[in-house]
Amino acid sequence: MIYEVFRQERKGQAFQHAGSIEAPDEQFAKSYAREQYGRRGESTALWIAPREALHPIEDFVDELNRNYHRVDGYPLKEKLKEARERASRAAAGDR
Amino acid sequence: MSERAELLLAIADDELVLGWRDSEWTGIAPFLEEDVAFSSIAQNEIGHARALYQLAAQELGTTADELAFDRKPEEYRCSELVELRLPEWERTIARHVLYEEADQARLEQLKASDDAELASLAAKIDREEAYHRMHAQMWADRLRDEPRFVTALKELRPLIDTRNGHTPEFTELWEQMTEVRRSQPAGTTW
Repeated sequence: MIYEVFRQERKGQAFQHAGSIEAPDEQFAKSYAREQYGRRGESTALWIAPREALHPIEDFVDELNRNYHRVDGYPLKEKLKEARERASRAAAGDR
Repeated sequence: MSERAELLLAIADDELVLGWRDSEWTGIAPFLEEDVAFSSIAQNEIGHARALYQLAAQELGTTADELAFDRKPEEYRCSELVELRLPEWERTIARHVLYEEADQARLEQLKASDDAELASLAAKIDREEAYHRMHAQMWADRLRDEPRFVTALKELRPLIDTRNGHTPEFTELWEQMTEVRRSQPAGTTW
C-alpha cells in the first residue's frame, strides 16, 4: 500500500508533501514515515494518508479562455501606469 | 574490574555486536522502507554502545575505541543471542523482539540505579529504544502466526543470558570488526 506523507517544518507553518512510502499497513507506515521524514529533526509534525484517501483533481477547463478569471489574465501594470500619468498631469495643472 | 565496569561492558558489547549484525541487512532488507528503518536501528545501537563504552572508559582509564575494537575476542561479554549471523528475516526479527524485551528490563533497572551517570544514560538510551520496541512490536504482530517466526522465537529465547564463552560466529565477526584497527601501522595513531 502506498501512503503519502506530508510534513510541517515548523509549528504554525503549512504542511507540504514530503514524499510517499510503501508499507503493509498504517502501523508500518507511521514507523517508516517517522524514520524517513522525522528522524533528523526536519519536521515538527507529519500527516500520513493512504493514497486512495486523496481525491485528485486534474481537469481545469477553460474553453472560452476567460483569462479575466485569473490574476495573470488582468494586466494591471498598464492601467496603473496610465492612472499615475493622469494623476501627475492633473497635479501639474493645479500649480 | 569493578562490577559497574563489567556491567557497562556487557551492555555495550551487546549493543555493538547487535548493531553490527543488524547492519548486515543494509541494502538487502525485504523492502526499501524497512532497509532504511532497520539500518537506522543498527546505527542507534552502535551509538548506544559508544556512549556506554565512554562511561566505562572513564572509569578504566582508556578510550571507547580501545574498548570496542582492541580487546581479544574472549574479553567480550556479549550474549550469544547477538552473536549469531541470522540471514533469515524471520529469525532476525525474532532476535530483535527478544532483545528489545530483555533490554527494556535491563534499562528499567539501570534507570533506577543510584549511580546518577548510569541512570541518566539509561534514560537517554531508553528514549530511543522506545522506537525500536515499537518497530519490534509491529513486526511481532505481523508475523505472530508465521510458523517459522514462532520456531525462531522458541529456538533463540534460551540464548539471551548465555554469556559464558562465544559462538564460532563471533570469532569471525570479531575478525571483521577489528580488521581496520588491527591494520594500523605500528607507531601511528588514528
